[in-house]
Amino acid sequence: MLAGWVIVLASFGYLGILFAIAWYADRRADAGRSLISNPLVYALSLGVYCTTWTFYGSVGRAAASGIGFLPIYLGPTLLFALAGFILQKMIRVAKANRITSIADFVASRYGKSQLLGGLVTVIAVIGVIPYIALQLKAVSNSFAILASYPEIIMPAKAGAVPVIQDSALYVAMILAAFTILFGTRHLDATERHEGMVAAIAVESVVKLVAFLAAGVFVVWGINDGIGDVFAKAAAVPDLARGLTAAGAPASYGAWGTLIFLALFASLLLPRQFQIAVVENVDVNHVSRAIWMFPLYLFLINLFVLPVALAGLLHFPGGGVDADTFVLTLPMAHQEEALALLVYIGGLSAATGMVIVETIALSTMVCNDLVMPALLRLPILGLATRADLSGLLLDIRRWSIAIILGLGYLYFRVAGEAYALVSIGLISFAAVAQFAPVVIGGLCWKGGTREGALAGLAAGFLLWTYTLLLPSFAKSGWLPDGFIAQGLFGIELLHPQRLLGLSGLDEITHCLVWSMLANLGAYIGVSLKRVPNVREARQATLFVGGAEAAGVSGWRGGAGVADLLPLAGRFLGSERAQEAFDRHARQRGLKSIQELPADTRLVSFAETLLAGAIGSASARAMVASVVTEEPLGIDEVMNILDEASQIRAYSHELEQKSLELRRATAELREANSRLLELDRMKDDFISTVTHELRTPLTSIRAFSEMLHEDPKIDLAQRSRFLGIIVSETVRLSRLINQILDLAKLESGRAEWTVTAVDVAEVIHEAADSLTALFAEKRVRLELDRCEAGLSVMADRDRLMQVMVNLLSNALKFVPAESGRVTVGASGTTSEVLVDVTDNGPGIQLEDQDLIFDKFRQGAGTADVLTDKPQGTGLGLPISRQIIEYFHGRLWVESTPGAGARFVFTLPRQAGDNA
Amino acid sequence: MSQRILIVDDEPNIVISLEYLMKKEGFQIAVATDGEAALQQAAEFLPDLILLDVMMPKKSGFEVCEALRAMPALMGVKIIMLTAKGRETEVAKGLALGADAYVTKPFSTKDLVLQIKSLLA
Amino acid sequence: MIRSRLVAPRLAFLFLIGCILFNYPLLSVFSRSGDFFGLPPLYVWLMSSWAGLIALMAWVVERRGD
Repeated sequence: MLAGWVIVLASFGYLGILFAIAWYADRRADAGRSLISNPLVYALSLGVYCTTWTFYGSVGRAAASGIGFLPIYLGPTLLFALAGFILQKMIRVAKANRITSIADFVASRYGKSQLLGGLVTVIAVIGVIPYIALQLKAVSNSFAILASYPEIIMPAKAGAVPVIQDSALYVAMILAAFTILFGTRHLDATERHEGMVAAIAVESVVKLVAFLAAGVFVVWGINDGIGDVFAKAAAVPDLARGLTAAGAPASYGAWGTLIFLALFASLLLPRQFQIAVVENVDVNHVSRAIWMFPLYLFLINLFVLPVALAGLLHFPGGGVDADTFVLTLPMAHQEEALALLVYIGGLSAATGMVIVETIALSTMVCNDLVMPALLRLPILGLATRADLSGLLLDIRRWSIAIILGLGYLYFRVAGEAYALVSIGLISFAAVAQFAPVVIGGLCWKGGTREGALAGLAAGFLLWTYTLLLPSFAKSGWLPDGFIAQGLFGIELLHPQRLLGLSGLDEITHCLVWSMLANLGAYIGVSLKRVPNVREARQATLFVGGAEAAGVSGWRGGAGVADLLPLAGRFLGSERAQEAFDRHARQRGLKSIQELPADTRLVSFAETLLAGAIGSASARAMVASVVTEEPLGIDEVMNILDEASQIRAYSHELEQKSLELRRATAELREANSRLLELDRMKDDFISTVTHELRTPLTSIRAFSEMLHEDPKIDLAQRSRFLGIIVSETVRLSRLINQILDLAKLESGRAEWTVTAVDVAEVIHEAADSLTALFAEKRVRLELDRCEAGLSVMADRDRLMQVMVNLLSNALKFVPAESGRVTVGASGTTSEVLVDVTDNGPGIQLEDQDLIFDKFRQGAGTADVLTDKPQGTGLGLPISRQIIEYFHGRLWVESTPGAGARFVFTLPRQAGDNA
Repeated sequence: MSQRILIVDDEPNIVISLEYLMKKEGFQIAVATDGEAALQQAAEFLPDLILLDVMMPKKSGFEVCEALRAMPALMGVKIIMLTAKGRETEVAKGLALGADAYVTKPFSTKDLVLQIKSLLA
Repeated sequence: MIRSRLVAPRLAFLFLIGCILFNYPLLSVFSRSGDFFGLPPLYVWLMSSWAGLIALMAWVVERRGD
C-alpha cells in the first residue's frame, strides 16, 4: 500500500500544490492584490520557526528530558510580548532602509560597513548550514522509515547508502530547484517573495494539522486520553522522573538559558528575520502575530509530551529512535493515511525551513560577500558593466545551490554524529551572537563599527571554541584529548570548562562566555571613540526609529541621468524606470525628467539599490555618482543638537566656520565697494549739479537785472544779453555731454562702424576749427599726417574726439605764439594719432586726473587769467570713445613745455598702406 | 563813506553780474578770482563784506573763510558764502567756519541785495 | 496597529510576568511528583500558564476602545 512510488508521488504532489500556491500568490502580487497581506498569513508564516527539529525532534527531546523541550517555544512567546518594542521597530527601520537580511541590518546600522555585513554572513552560514543538513536528514529518514512499511526499521546510517541512492540528495536538489524558482524569480527592490510566503503559511498549516492529527490519534486512538497516558507513564519510574524538571538549580539555569536563547533565535535566525522583518507587508500585522504566533507554538507542542510518553511505552528498549515516534506510532497501528500525513507534515517543516533559510542566506552571501568582492575586482570591470541584474540573480541561484550542496555534504559527512543531532541549539547559540549588535544597535547610539566587529568576532570565536569544536570532537573529527583534557592538555583551556567554569551545561557555558566576550568587546571597543558622522546618522535612524527616517544620508546631489542607469544596471532598466516613475509621481511630478538632482532623489536611489545589493554595496555604488557637498548650515545646526557628537563634527564645523568667515569678509568687501560706488555716484551728481548751476547763476542774475532795470543803457544791455546767450550755449553743451557720457558709460550709445580714413577725419576736424584758430592766431600744422591709414570706427565719434583734442589744445596755447601740430602714423597693427601743443603743459600728478569727469587742467590756472572754458567732460568722453574701439588715449607732457595727446586705434586689415 | 565789498569767484560772468549789482547799490567793489588772491585783496582792501564762492582753484571758499576769521584786521567783516553745491552738510560747514550767511546758486539778485544790506545795517 | 499607548507597556508587563512564571524559582514549586487530576503538576503548570499568558496577550492586543 505505502509503496515507495506512492510516497514519492505524494511528496511531488504536495510540492506541486505548494508550487501552484506560490505561483498564484506571485501573480496576485504582480497584479497588486496581495494574497499574503493579512495578519493571519503573517502569523502563520512565522511558523517557519518550527522545523523538523520541532516536528520530529521535540518528541525526541521530550523522550530524553521530559519537559525540557518547552523553553524553545516559551522564549519566542516572551519575545513576542516585546514585539511592540523590538520587532515593530526593526520592521520600520528595515522598511525605511530597504534592509534585505540580518547581515544587511547590522552592516547598515554601523555605518553601512561591508566588512561587518560579511562577518555576519559568515557566522550565519557556518551556524546554519548544519541546521539545513538536519532537515535533509529528517526528510530522508522519514522517507526511508515510511517506505519500509509495514515493518518499522530504523534507516541505515546515512553514509552507508551510495550517493546515487540517497534520497536526501534528491530532496536537496528538488528543494534547490524550488527555492531558485521562487526565491530568485526576479530582483525586486523590496526583496520580498510573496509566493514563497504564501507557500510557507500553507506549510505551517499542514505541519500543524499533521502533528495535531498524530497527537489526537496517539492520545485518544491508542490511549484513553491524556490522563491515561500520564497514568501509564507514572507507573514506569524512568519515565516519571522525566516529568519533573531536574532538581539541581543548575538545570533551572539551563532552562532559563534555553528560553533566552530561543527568544533571540526566533528573531535573529536568518529565516526568522526574513519572514518577520523582510517579508512583512504591513507593520500592523505584527500586533495580531503577538498572540497568534505563540498560540501556534502552543498548539504544535500540545501533544509532544503525550506522544513521547506513548512512544516510550509502545517501543520500550530504545530500538526505535524517539525522534520518529510521531511517524512510527501511526505506522505501528497500521494507520497508513495518517502516517503519510505525518510524513507530509515533516516534509512541510523541512521544506519551509530550507526554502526560507537558503533564500535568506543566498541574499546575504550575494549582497554582503560576493558582490562587494566582485565590485572591488577591477579585472571584472563590473563597476562599469551596463546591466548587472542578470548577474545578481545568477549569483543568488548559485548561492542557493551551493548552500544546499554544502548542507547535503555536511549531512553525508556528519550522519548520525553528535554534531548533527545537537545542531539545533548550536545554531541558536551562533545566531544569538547577533543579539548585542542588533538589540544594542536599536537602543544605544554609541555603538561603532569597530565595536560591532569586535563583539561579533569575540562571540563567534568563543562559540566556535566552546560549542562547535567540542561537537566536532564528540563526533570524532577532532582528537578526544581536546574535550577530555582541554587544549594542549591545559585544564584552564578546557573548551567546556573554560577558566575552570564548571557545573554548567555546555549551552549555558558557551552562552556565558560568548555573551560576556561579545557584549564586553562590543561596548568596550565602541566606547573607544565617538561614533563618526555616518555611524551617528545611522544610529539616529535606527534608534530614533522611523521618525528620523526623513534625515537624508547624503549631502550631495546627483541627477536622474546618473542614478537611473545605475539602478538599471542592478535592477534591469525596466524595473528601475518603473520605480523612478513611481517616485516622481509620489513627489507630484509628471515625469522623471522633472526630478530635481537633490539628496532626496539620491536617498531614494540608494534605498532602491539597497533592496537589490544590500545597503553597504548600495552606498558604495551611489557614492560613485554622487558629488558630495560640504555640510550645509542647517545640517551643521542639526548636528550641534547632538551635544555628545560635537567632537566628531568639530573638524567639519571648523572648516565650515572658516568658510563662513571668508564669505563674511567677501560680503563686507562687496558692501564697501557698493558704498564706494554709491559715494562716487553721489559725488558725480553733486559735481554735475554744480556745473549746471554755475551757468544758470549767470543767466538768472543777468536776466533779473535786465528785467528789473529797464533803464540799463544799450551797450550794457547787449553785453549782458551776449553773456546770457553764451552761458545758455554752455549749459546746453554741458547737458548734451552729460547725456552723451551717460549713454557711453551705460553702453546704450549707437555706433555706426565703418572703415574710416584717419587723415580725412583729421583734415575735416581741422577745417571746422579753422575760424577759431584764426581768431586766436594760432598755427595749426597737419604736415605729419600720413595718408591712407584706415581704422574701423564710427566716423562722427572719431571726429568728436579730434575736435575735442584740437579745441583743448587751442584753449591752452598762448594767442599769437601758439602752435598746434597733428601727426598720424601707422604700424602693422595700429594707427597712432597725436596732437601736440606748445602750451603750459600738465603737471605730472594731473596727467591722469584730466581724464576724470569735471577735472579740468586746474594746474594751469596760474598761467591763465581765466578759468579754462569747457565742461571738463571732453577728455573722459574721448577716452570712452577710443577705448570702445579697442584703442588707448593718453597724454605726455613736461610742465612748461607743452603737451602731447596721443591715441591709438587698431589698424584695419587690408588698407592700402 | 560807502561800504566796501570784496567779490570772490572764479566764474567771470558771475563776477560781472555781482560787480554790476553792487556798484548799482553804491558799494565800493574789489574782485578776486581765486582763494589766494582773495586773502591778499582782503588784507589790502579791508572790505566790510565778502561774497565768497566755495568752489575755486587753489584755495576753497571754506579755507579762505577760515583764514579770514583768523585775521585780526578783519575782525568785523561779514562773509556771505556762495555755492552751487546746496547740500545741507556744506551749509552747516560754512556756517561753522564763521560765515554769516549762505546763499546757493543760482540766487535771486533781489534777495542777495536785501541780505547784504541787512548784514551791513 | 498598537492603538493605545498602554498596549506596549502592558505587553512588556506580561513579558516580565512570563519570565517569572516560566523560570526558577516558581518552577521548583511544581517540580515534584504527585498529580493534579492525574497529570504531572509541572506539565499542567507550564501548559496552563503558557495558555493563560497567550490569552492575556491576545486580550491586550485585541481589546478596543481605550
